[in-house]
Amino acid sequence: MSHPVAAQRARVRAWSPVVRIGLLGGVVAIYLCLVGIVPTFDERPLITGVISLGQASLLLAALATGYLAAQRSPDPRRSVEILAGALAGGLGGSFLAVLVLLGSVVNLRAVLLHASPELYEILTFGMGTAWFWVPIAVGATAGGLAAFSASLPDALRRPLVWGIAGVVFMGLFAGYLRTPMLTTALAPAARFLFAPEGLTVAGAVLVFVITAGAVALQPRLAIDRRYAALPPAGQRTVLVPALALGLVIVLLFPFAFGPFFAMAVATVAIYVLMGFGMNITLGLAGLLDLGFVAFFAVGAYTVGLLTSTGEFGLAGWPWWAAVPFAVLFAMMFAAFLGLPILRIRGDYLAIATLGFGEIVRLLAGSDLLKAWLGGPQGILNIPKPIPVPPNHPLSGPVQIYYIALACALVVAFVAWRLRGSRLGRSWMAIREDEDVAEATGVNLVQTKLLAYMLGGAFAGLGGAVFAGLVNSIFASSMALFVSINVVALVVVGGMGSNPGVVVGAIFLIGLPELFREFSEYRYLLYGVALIAIMLYRPIGLLPSKITRRELYSAEELEATAESAISPARPAAS
Amino acid sequence: MTTISPGGEAADPAAARPPGPPPGQGGRRASVRPIERLTDLAIAAFLWAFRIVVLLVVVVGSIATLASGKYSLETWVDLIENGLTLGSIYALIALGYTMVYGILRMINFAHGDIFAGGAFAGYFVAVALAGAGLLNANPVASLLSVGLMIVVAMAASTLMAVGLERVAYRPLRNAPRLVPLISAIGASFFLEYTYRGLFGPGIYAYPDVAVLGEAVPVPILNMQWVDVLVIVSALLMMTVLYLFVMRTRLGTSIRAVSEDRDAAALMGIDANRAIVLTFAVGAAMAGAAGVLYGLKFTQVYFYTGFYPGIKAFTAAVLGGIGNIPGAMLGGLFLGLIESVGPTLFLDGLNVPSPNQLKDVIGFTMLVLVLVFRPSGILGERIARGRA
Repeated sequence: MSHPVAAQRARVRAWSPVVRIGLLGGVVAIYLCLVGIVPTFDERPLITGVISLGQASLLLAALATGYLAAQRSPDPRRSVEILAGALAGGLGGSFLAVLVLLGSVVNLRAVLLHASPELYEILTFGMGTAWFWVPIAVGATAGGLAAFSASLPDALRRPLVWGIAGVVFMGLFAGYLRTPMLTTALAPAARFLFAPEGLTVAGAVLVFVITAGAVALQPRLAIDRRYAALPPAGQRTVLVPALALGLVIVLLFPFAFGPFFAMAVATVAIYVLMGFGMNITLGLAGLLDLGFVAFFAVGAYTVGLLTSTGEFGLAGWPWWAAVPFAVLFAMMFAAFLGLPILRIRGDYLAIATLGFGEIVRLLAGSDLLKAWLGGPQGILNIPKPIPVPPNHPLSGPVQIYYIALACALVVAFVAWRLRGSRLGRSWMAIREDEDVAEATGVNLVQTKLLAYMLGGAFAGLGGAVFAGLVNSIFASSMALFVSINVVALVVVGGMGSNPGVVVGAIFLIGLPELFREFSEYRYLLYGVALIAIMLYRPIGLLPSKITRRELYSAEELEATAESAISPARPAAS
Repeated sequence: MTTISPGGEAADPAAARPPGPPPGQGGRRASVRPIERLTDLAIAAFLWAFRIVVLLVVVVGSIATLASGKYSLETWVDLIENGLTLGSIYALIALGYTMVYGILRMINFAHGDIFAGGAFAGYFVAVALAGAGLLNANPVASLLSVGLMIVVAMAASTLMAVGLERVAYRPLRNAPRLVPLISAIGASFFLEYTYRGLFGPGIYAYPDVAVLGEAVPVPILNMQWVDVLVIVSALLMMTVLYLFVMRTRLGTSIRAVSEDRDAAALMGIDANRAIVLTFAVGAAMAGAAGVLYGLKFTQVYFYTGFYPGIKAFTAAVLGGIGNIPGAMLGGLFLGLIESVGPTLFLDGLNVPSPNQLKDVIGFTMLVLVLVFRPSGILGERIARGRA
């Protein structure tokens, strides 16, 4: 403090968080460019004639950089915060400027596919590489603006942020909303809101105003507080119609946005069904099964063999008659696999099941079983569960959606009733501590085997429904990815929580299906989303109440214990 | 266990412990209900049947194949060589899995993609060197070029792994057990599709290194120099790694933190540094393996890492996870059995196109080892001390 040099150094050091955010923003911007998001989506408008999706991704990165930098500003004065935002944004932009300069000298394209002249055109707004400073200016401006908005009072800031989010969301999904609206009385509204791709300018303004307005009014309405203030009977009178309305919306889903959307929701429903099954194996009994797809395959192939009218069909039964056998065989298969491996604990079980899943997939596609299972060509001509003419409202994925929903409800009911039963409590005891559970009289192998078999049965049901959905099954559909997806959606949703499974399935299965337009980038986003959810919400998006309570009380306990034992323990993060 | 208890390790005391005594041996429970007795018997019978079937396939298949005389000695030598080459690569990748699992009890699902990153880095160096005319100038230049490729690939992989650890794993170090696994799966997707975005979906063919394609002048062996390079450099690196872990102070710190992180911290060891070092060393091995893989199999694309990654993890488990010599042995064993197995065991049984089933054999070995010797071939260092 007393020494002027030291004081100055401290003042400079106070800016280091801002600089770090700027550097991070620059890395993100470079990544967006080089991985191809910016150049690939330069043609796809978010708001037609104003901004493309590629540009929007960079702009959002700059805004986020400025916003975060403002929060780390060394001084709470507004002018300093704006300066911090502009500095971070400009620093991020300078990365792009360097990229443009470097690209004009060296041919980066030999290594990086997307470091093309088109990219540099986009970054300089078509002015050529002499205008390399443009990204710096844009970044600084956007950063400054974001910092300014960050310094606004809460009542203004939240509607602003949500309004932008609303515009981005509607712009992303414009195609899905526009096409079905055009066929109905809403066609004029669709033309007003949406261009063939993305929003119109007027539409963007309208969406922004509506979203921002709703968010701004939300604290005044205080719906949740009013609801909580109601007496129990009053709560019920609100809740029952709300649930009924929700049910009607869920039932109308496949009709709302056309056949493609129906396919997506049917897939989600199948994963929900399997997720409920996995919730028993993993959520209740704590058995991590990375070979879930094996039972899925048994169910699908059973249905395929029993119902197919094609080459490999054995009986030509209707779908409904084959389903009980599919479930039964999947369950028996689970018992068959479970017997040897359920003595294995923890991660080893995961790997053993992963091995089984791969063995099943490889055998199904091999020449060894080709005479029975069709090898890589698979089993074709599986009939639909409900035979209807092509233009019937129940044709295609729509009926599968309802069937999968019904099955999911059954599974959810079973899981819910089991949870409180003696068996369910034994499972949870095993999950918490195998040795203690065994000491208190739980038969480990039997109990685990039951959990494994039930999970397998539900996976088999999922496979049976899947066979009805796609009408042909191939060994390549039985990929490890299916098992990983099911485990991931259970964990992302919140382990042991059935509503969590639904949320997880919508998030991890539904969104990537809808993002098909963005081809392979959706898996990139999938990966980022998995990491982000685990970092910021490790208990899942919608954890069960018990989990939340257990986790928080345990955390508090541990915190006190830790501070008592090892106060000098190095920070973990 | 896998769920909600924070501080995964404390709540998971017996995760990797070998199972209790097999059923039917010594009725340690005094009052066993008949139904339990029956399940135990059924399981015992099942396990025996499993063993007998596998043994029958192996023995009968081998005898039938050998008796048929379809394959000459040269074929067998070829298969074994191929197996050793592939196995050395698996072993190098498996080291990263085993060390990370040993220190964090975490399956680093993205490790295979780190390996692929090394393969890409090596590819671009090779292309640059070939462009400069250095790659095939003379044998010494070729060898130096390959050395440079390996060094760059090691550096690239290490950088990626350390970054990944910092972003995706470190914040989750005390989270419930499944959380880092899911994060690692996410990281694996992220890396794969980042490669796809950066380099495109095409398959890159490694440039030819003429010297490595030449045959080794030893009769019967019928080896190419590339096989020698892969096996020798893998063995060399594994020896260096082993000495590093067992003989140096840094290696000792890694082992100490694997043994007990809290106690190691109390002894003044920087646990964070040891963990980062583990990731770095494992990734360096994987990066080198990437270049060797590229030289041997001559191609790389964004999905290259996935299956070798899973195989290498299998190898790590086969050898006894957490055990460094075990990973080496497991890798070699898996490579051998994958290469020789289909022909030796299945061809004699008239299985059509047995090579399709090489992975089935590999995964069956995995399940067998897990069921009958869960501590792996070499036993497991962490199993006893940790329980």
